[in-house]
Amino acid sequence: MNSLMFLVIACALATYVWRGLGAVISGRVRAEGPIFTWLGCVAYAMLAGLVARILVMPLGTLEATALWQRLGAAAIALAAYFLLTRRNLFVGVMAGGVAIVGLYLL
Amino acid sequence: MTGRSAVLEGAREAAGVPAAVLVAGYIGFGALAAGHGLPLAAIVASTVAVWALPAQLILVEMHTVGAPVVATVLAAMLSSARFLPMTLTLMPMMRHARYRGWQYLVAAQLLSLTGWAMAMARFADIEQARRLPWFFGFTLVCVVASAAATAIGYAVADALTPLIKIGLVFLAPAYYLLILLGSVRDRATAYALACGAAAGPVAFVYAPEWGVLIAGLGGGTLAYLLLPKRTS
Repeated sequence: MNSLMFLVIACALATYVWRGLGAVISGRVRAEGPIFTWLGCVAYAMLAGLVARILVMPLGTLEATALWQRLGAAAIALAAYFLLTRRNLFVGVMAGGVAIVGLYLL
Repeated sequence: MTGRSAVLEGAREAAGVPAAVLVAGYIGFGALAAGHGLPLAAIVASTVAVWALPAQLILVEMHTVGAPVVATVLAAMLSSARFLPMTLTLMPMMRHARYRGWQYLVAAQLLSLTGWAMAMARFADIEQARRLPWFFGFTLVCVVASAAATAIGYAVADALTPLIKIGLVFLAPAYYLLILLGSVRDRATAYALACGAAAGPVAFVYAPEWGVLIAGLGGGTLAYLLLPKRTS
């Protein structure tokens, strides 16, 4: 078994800790209090940090694009999602994909 | 058979916009992983086994920069902490004497943000005994469509021109950019996103292998401390 497959299994178990725990203690514990607030903050901050890093300093395929092209495509995706449609996620994501290609060709 | 019809009803409701959104996200994830030169089998396995795109994104990005296994697993785990409040709120709504305990443990594995949000919205109109089978139908379609999309994104990214590959790879960050900003409903989320977004690139420059974890713990804790204290 290669190291990546091992890592996939380890991450699956790590993710299941919360799922299984929640299923077992549900009905007895309520999702409130400072620890839940802090966990929520950490989870959101981690994902926001990763997305910001991918946009600013991508690895792999997106390295071929310029920073302004990635930020421009992100802005177009946001505009399509929040302004042009009523938060249609599918349209917003697709607009981002088309926009990065369009800006790259400019 | 109310059980079977509820499964089919859930499956039908998933096979539309919910599955299409997941497919867009997972095509992007598959293309991103292909761009990093990672093997297809492990990438598709991650969709089925981890079944949490943020954790998968972390897994792929941290593995690519050679992060320590401990850091990667810890980051994946912390990124998935949202499953605890999600299962805590959802499971009691699906409880019924007809079903066994292990079925809820399986349901917990199938849970995702999409399935949770849709179930929370729909359960008011679904009688208690039909909710668990409805949830199985809905989430199974989501998992299967996402696993197929992961493989398609991976295969297509390698076969197509670099130009289209750029478009596909960009779908994953775009997906989360919109989900994250669209989920801002309270001060805690807004602060956490701002602190995390600022900390992410900085932490990556100073410690590429630990950056995701540092940005999450540091940015998230800072956001938590900035919140006004509750007077309860």
